[in-house]
Amino acid sequence: MTEVRKPVEDLLTDYDIFEPEFVKDPYPSFSEIRESQCPIARTERYEGSWLPTRYEDVVAIAQEYETFTSRGILVVPPFPGQGEGSYGGVTAPPITSDPPDHHWHRRLILPVFSPQSVAKFEQGTRDLCNQLIDEVIDKGTADAAADYAQHIPVRVIATLLGVPLEMEADFTAWVRAALENILDAEGRKWARKNIIEFFLAQVAERKQNPREDDFITELMNTEVEGKVVPIEYVLGVCNLMLVAGVDTTWSAIGSCMWHMAQHPEHRKQLRDNPDLWPTAIEELLRMYAPVTMARIVDHDVEFQGCPMKAGDRVLMAFPAANRDPRQFENPDEVILDREHNRHVAFGSGIHRCAGSNLARLEVRVALQTWLERIPEFELVDKTDVTWAGGQVHGPRKCLVSF
Amino acid sequence: MRVSVIDDACHGHQMCAIAAPEVFGSDEMGNAIVLIDGDIPAELQAKTRRAESNCPERAIVITD
Repeated sequence: MTEVRKPVEDLLTDYDIFEPEFVKDPYPSFSEIRESQCPIARTERYEGSWLPTRYEDVVAIAQEYETFTSRGILVVPPFPGQGEGSYGGVTAPPITSDPPDHHWHRRLILPVFSPQSVAKFEQGTRDLCNQLIDEVIDKGTADAAADYAQHIPVRVIATLLGVPLEMEADFTAWVRAALENILDAEGRKWARKNIIEFFLAQVAERKQNPREDDFITELMNTEVEGKVVPIEYVLGVCNLMLVAGVDTTWSAIGSCMWHMAQHPEHRKQLRDNPDLWPTAIEELLRMYAPVTMARIVDHDVEFQGCPMKAGDRVLMAFPAANRDPRQFENPDEVILDREHNRHVAFGSGIHRCAGSNLARLEVRVALQTWLERIPEFELVDKTDVTWAGGQVHGPRKCLVSF
Repeated sequence: MRVSVIDDACHGHQMCAIAAPEVFGSDEMGNAIVLIDGDIPAELQAKTRRAESNCPERAIVITD
């Protein structure tokens, strides 16, 4: 997109989440807003939004789902014509659902993502990580983002969905268009069309040839109150799995790799004390929470002195909440054995990321496998790392040598 | 020490089970359950307190 970007006059009234410095490193801006007289900033850009930055405010908004609805969850408005035409009703349940439907939308998929259920993906994820490392280990250099992190969640999700792994590059392109290049409405439209058509074909294929132990088949055959769930629900859940399960976790893995490349003391700490892994992963998720969601205000309301109007967009800056010094001591420091860590990398309240157990498994296995085989590595050039930002924050180019 | 989970408040972050896997587990929806009936043994009390202080929903209640 060749939009001419107006410089930011004042962060508190004119923040721009797509400004290149903000995309690269949003934390100084979050901090400036958080410590100002106005910790919930406002912008008129991208049809306007509010940006709460304090932990307490972000969590309070997440809990108030009747006032702050999930009618719109992206950080920008829908593209023109979204929601119209055949399959226009396809969304991404349960993350786009509000109660009462949210309840059954969520209950149907939660069992797939319980810790017990996702444990079966651990060995496959480890094998996949090893294959990716096999391809780079003799070269002495690799792109930790593009050669490694990027390939892990997409293949795990494709396996879970029972769709062809050979289509990895297509899936990745659709997801990037849907979540990363989000200012390009045509690209989002293209991604949505492709995703819906792809899953429609997958559903049709399963009607011809029913499969056993297959996620999509089970979803198609699910009954709620005696009726088979609508096709829009099936397509919507598949859409969510793909779009929400790929870019997000890949970004988290990438950020963790970027961190580890620069912190030999943390690599050593984990080597010396492997029991620390689960706690360490939570700390890394706090520090590098990749996802910012949004809510739509249901009715005019004054929240912390801000006059929010019905229809306003509120950005749920979980990464900002996770760095609030009111909640976390030394919030900008990674403390792998942090004692008190109520982080909200996966959100808070009824929309807690349904895939969180799978995501943390992938992040842990990706890091463990890399560190076992390549214990010592470093950034090739600290200034030559590129980042995606806005809805999802993480490195897209991150060259390391070893 | 005894511990319980407020079911309506728990949204399945599973951070209690990460902090204290001997004390907390998950039901089929991924929500927290307490695995120990009655008193929490002395050697697990520190971990249980840690679990309480890692719950983003403040859904864990400890009674001494």
